[in-house]
Amino acid sequence: MTTEAPPAGSAKGACASLPRRRLLCAAVAAGLAAPLSSLAADADLSKDAAAPGDVLAFASWEDQPRALTVNDVELDAAPLLVYPQDPVSGVTRENSRLNQILVLRLDPATLDDSTRARAVDGIVAYSAICTHAACAVSEWQAETRQLVCPCHSSAYDPAKGAARVTGPTVRALPALPLKRIGDQIVIAGPFSAALGAPTT
Amino acid sequence: MRKFTLSLGLLLALAGSASQAAEPTPYSAVTAERLTHPEPGNWLMYRRTYDSWGYSPLKQINTGNVAQLKPLWSFSTGVEEGHQAPPIVNDGVMFITTPRDQVLALDARTGNLLWRYRRELPADLFQLHPTNRGVALYGDRVYIATVDAFLVALDARSGALIWQKPVENYLAGYYMTMAPLVVDGKIMVGVSGGEFGIRGFIQAFDAASGESLWKTFTVPGPGEPGHDSWPGETWKRGGVPVWLTGSYDPETKLAYWGTGNAGPWMGDQRAGDNLYATSVIALDVATGQIRAHHQYHWNDSWDWDEVAAPLLIDLHRNGRTIKSLVHAGRDGYLWVLERSANDIRYVAGTPYVKQNVFTKLDPESGRPEYDPTKVPHSGARAEFCPSLWGGKDWPPTAYNPDTGYLYIPANENLCSAFTGETKTKYRRGELYMGVPFAKIEVLPTPQARDHIGELQAWDMKTGKKVWTSEFKSHNWGPVLTTGGGLVFSGGTNDRYFRAFDAKSGKILWQQRTNSGVVGVPTSYSLDGKQYVAVQSGWGVDAQRKQDFLDQAFGTHTQVPQGGVLWVFGLPEAKQEDSH
Repeated sequence: MTTEAPPAGSAKGACASLPRRRLLCAAVAAGLAAPLSSLAADADLSKDAAAPGDVLAFASWEDQPRALTVNDVELDAAPLLVYPQDPVSGVTRENSRLNQILVLRLDPATLDDSTRARAVDGIVAYSAICTHAACAVSEWQAETRQLVCPCHSSAYDPAKGAARVTGPTVRALPALPLKRIGDQIVIAGPFSAALGAPTT
Repeated sequence: MRKFTLSLGLLLALAGSASQAAEPTPYSAVTAERLTHPEPGNWLMYRRTYDSWGYSPLKQINTGNVAQLKPLWSFSTGVEEGHQAPPIVNDGVMFITTPRDQVLALDARTGNLLWRYRRELPADLFQLHPTNRGVALYGDRVYIATVDAFLVALDARSGALIWQKPVENYLAGYYMTMAPLVVDGKIMVGVSGGEFGIRGFIQAFDAASGESLWKTFTVPGPGEPGHDSWPGETWKRGGVPVWLTGSYDPETKLAYWGTGNAGPWMGDQRAGDNLYATSVIALDVATGQIRAHHQYHWNDSWDWDEVAAPLLIDLHRNGRTIKSLVHAGRDGYLWVLERSANDIRYVAGTPYVKQNVFTKLDPESGRPEYDPTKVPHSGARAEFCPSLWGGKDWPPTAYNPDTGYLYIPANENLCSAFTGETKTKYRRGELYMGVPFAKIEVLPTPQARDHIGELQAWDMKTGKKVWTSEFKSHNWGPVLTTGGGLVFSGGTNDRYFRAFDAKSGKILWQQRTNSGVVGVPTSYSLDGKQYVAVQSGWGVDAQRKQDFLDQAFGTHTQVPQGGVLWVFGLPEAKQEDSH
């Protein structure tokens, strides 16, 4: 088996393996005091951060790698895992774990005000990266409508801004404001908070 | 013995730490000879000695006075999650590690901080097991294997970074939590990631330069012996991590490593024995060549990693000496094997907790046969005992040559069930388990209301269990045993750290701590005074299992997190000069 070399500088800073431009990485970098040198230009758009105007899309390794439509998101179903896609280049930003986004549709009447303000027809989107230890929040507890991290059992309420319900995390999952353009779901603004978990 | 002396003022300036007492701090270089024959008062590696006994010959603290044991000083690490690392002590300088790969050097007499290494970890690091199990020492350097898969060398006197070498790519699910093993100037590490579709390996690096010397995969590639135990391409993502420090036999120059689960968890997705998963492998330290192996159980489907390294014990049975390998398996069996330069032979296998999967062991090879109804499959549910965390998970056993007893921190009265996915999809760097979290069940038996945790003592001369100490809580306590006739261990959710009579199992002393004690305890001496040291900091799978148990029992157990190093000793007036 071919052994891939670790990414250069992966130990140096939060942004070393992350998107090099735009709002998200800068925010993360500032929050973590990462060296600004790690924000050097990077031509790999697939690692870039989510940005307002991006559409949400399924990754290239999925059965149907395409942009998400509102009809894909069923009421109360398990969340879909998607990534931001640059609408100009068509590049899906799927090569950073921090770009994993959970999309689900809830009854709009159950959403709190700030969640409803970010939602489109009950469709909400959150970072899939647990704010405790950066595991992927991959489990859906249908009975309680909670997002659950399999690593350390942190649970989040997607109807209330993905606020912590139980578990070791202290922080909500960062929320993503959405808008609808045609049948597509488009990112309407930055995440509500820095992505990921503490790094020191 | 070479000694380095550095003014503490300069040392602190280098480390950017707070000021402490201004006196020179000597540092004793760690040599191959000292690692092979450590002084009684030092604890220079993970289990103190290459045979992995976890035994300190110190006896100032003993059965007669341990009731007087008091906390002498403590130190808060400021870090949450599982503090599992032993306090490693070299002539008055103590090194501990924390989750997120901090390394702290402390004055082992006073608890003054000498320096602290903080590692900036990548923001997208997936930390399934946020812990670290300690440093390795060699020369005037300190080595740590990191959770973002680097091997790091620090200056033991200042904490300054000397070099860091990438071992693998954390983005592909590789990480490291073990204390490295040092033999003859080689720093050996293994990789974690058995739940991420990695291909496990052990790699050796030159202690001075960090140059890679050899790399041995735990899943054989095409053309290598054992490759045909993996169907198709499954070997490429077969798991078999190595995440605990190996043992070492200086006579044969072989290192003995335990290996973890094959992946994904459902064995029918990789039909075959899956060498060298759930095995012990003997590696030639000079070349990395696998010289012998023994697979405890084949085609694992229960997540029963057998990563704990075997203890090297000379057993006297039936009129002959067996140079043995002793391993309390996660599969619930206590295994005794015989080692030689080119072979590992089965001697005995005895269940030490209720185990309902193995129907028999082959009397020659020790190979188990399985009850097919207890084997989880893709798309089907199966119950099995013990639970996925096994009779014993990672916490190390200890062997006391004075009693001849092996001490096992066990978990009884727990079973599990898995319902496997029909097909496990691989996505680089994400979980590749084949069992959704919601389909992992922990099933306490009716007897679990009575107790789950146990500390067991087995007489290795007879192969019989001689005593059991029971705890209502599950037990995650690594074990220390001493020349004072004592066994020290914590591991329960009531936050106690305890001393047991090594012969009878009677609890002679206990101290309630800040958190649950999942740290490896150690003992050392300075200026004629013996100390016992341990980190208390609950987390990782101890917490995960607690969550499952709370769900099963309808309880809400609170075990606070946050690491504190505790150091105990006898009050001055009670000291006896007995070593």
